[in-house]
Amino acid sequence: MATVRIPTPLRRLTNGNAEVEADGGTIAELIDNLESNYEGLKKRICDENGTVRRFVNIYINDEDIRFLDNADTELEPDDVVSIIPAIAGGNETEAAR
Amino acid sequence: MNFTDEQIERYSRHIILKEVGGVGQTKLLNAKVLMIGAGGLGSPAALYLAAAGVGTIGIVDDDEVDISNLQRQILHRNEDVGRAKVASAQETLNGINPDVKVVPYNMRLSSDNVMEILREYDLVVDGCDNLPTRYLLNDASVFTGTPVVHGSIFQFEGQVTVFDPTQGPCYRCLYPEPPPPEMVPSCQEAGVLGVLPGIIGSIQGLEAIKHIIGAGETLVGKLLLYDTLRQDIRKHILHKDPACPVCGENPTVTELIDYEEFCGVRW
Repeated sequence: MATVRIPTPLRRLTNGNAEVEADGGTIAELIDNLESNYEGLKKRICDENGTVRRFVNIYINDEDIRFLDNADTELEPDDVVSIIPAIAGGNETEAAR
Repeated sequence: MNFTDEQIERYSRHIILKEVGGVGQTKLLNAKVLMIGAGGLGSPAALYLAAAGVGTIGIVDDDEVDISNLQRQILHRNEDVGRAKVASAQETLNGINPDVKVVPYNMRLSSDNVMEILREYDLVVDGCDNLPTRYLLNDASVFTGTPVVHGSIFQFEGQVTVFDPTQGPCYRCLYPEPPPPEMVPSCQEAGVLGVLPGIIGSIQGLEAIKHIIGAGETLVGKLLLYDTLRQDIRKHILHKDPACPVCGENPTVTELIDYEEFCGVRW
């Protein structure tokens, strides 16, 4: 089981949990496993073709999977996977208008 | 540069640090830093840069102070509600340190003005609140070779890095394109814990000062993530992407783009 760090905007899909456990030999398998437990996560992370969206980055430990094997990157059981989206804000009032 | 007696006293706690010294303090006094936004992130960053004696601080913001800003935007005071943020900011910063020349830009950053403004500055502190401005600023900073200290926040979480186009990745190396309108993460009215921009903006101020005086290692090529609820701070590696659409080997973004502001739909 890898540990997956969920960004704040997606925690509503993980019952508020900042970290969840997920299975998978690769990142693609891990995302499918996440989806089976937390419905709706996959379509936020991936587009219709299953490709990780361009405003989302996935890290294994401190390394970006785009510079490894993308979604085919293999996982070790004690890896920590982080999902990191682009964040707009600096001044939430204006961002909301 | 010859310091006045008052400057020697004012900056004495800097000057006795060997990493700053008279040389570093002179660099600070000669530095020109542009703040994008006088809001939650820009407030603490600008306060510390002014206190540190950064000689010229430009501030771009077209907004007025609203009472709901005061929970976190510590450049502004109760009596400033309704004033232009740049005017309020200028008064606060001059009140802290008369050595600082504050240049207000009461406007929104656009493709018409960004290049002209950027060329006047050595470094940018990005505390803006929207993705179109972040992409515009990124592309312009790649064209002018200006480093950007980036900060962003959402609710309880913040991100900081330094994009220095002369030596490291840019924002598009990290996120090549803005999200489609129906999928903008984290720009809905979601609230923010007031201390969070205080911390993230202060880290931006720190990175700006380190860059100016050349001390330590800045966050070039590293993304710092801070989760206040868990007091969890970690760093991830950022790579310069050879396929980056603006700073890569075959750039497709060769002129400035004014993206439309879109928000309101939940990611």
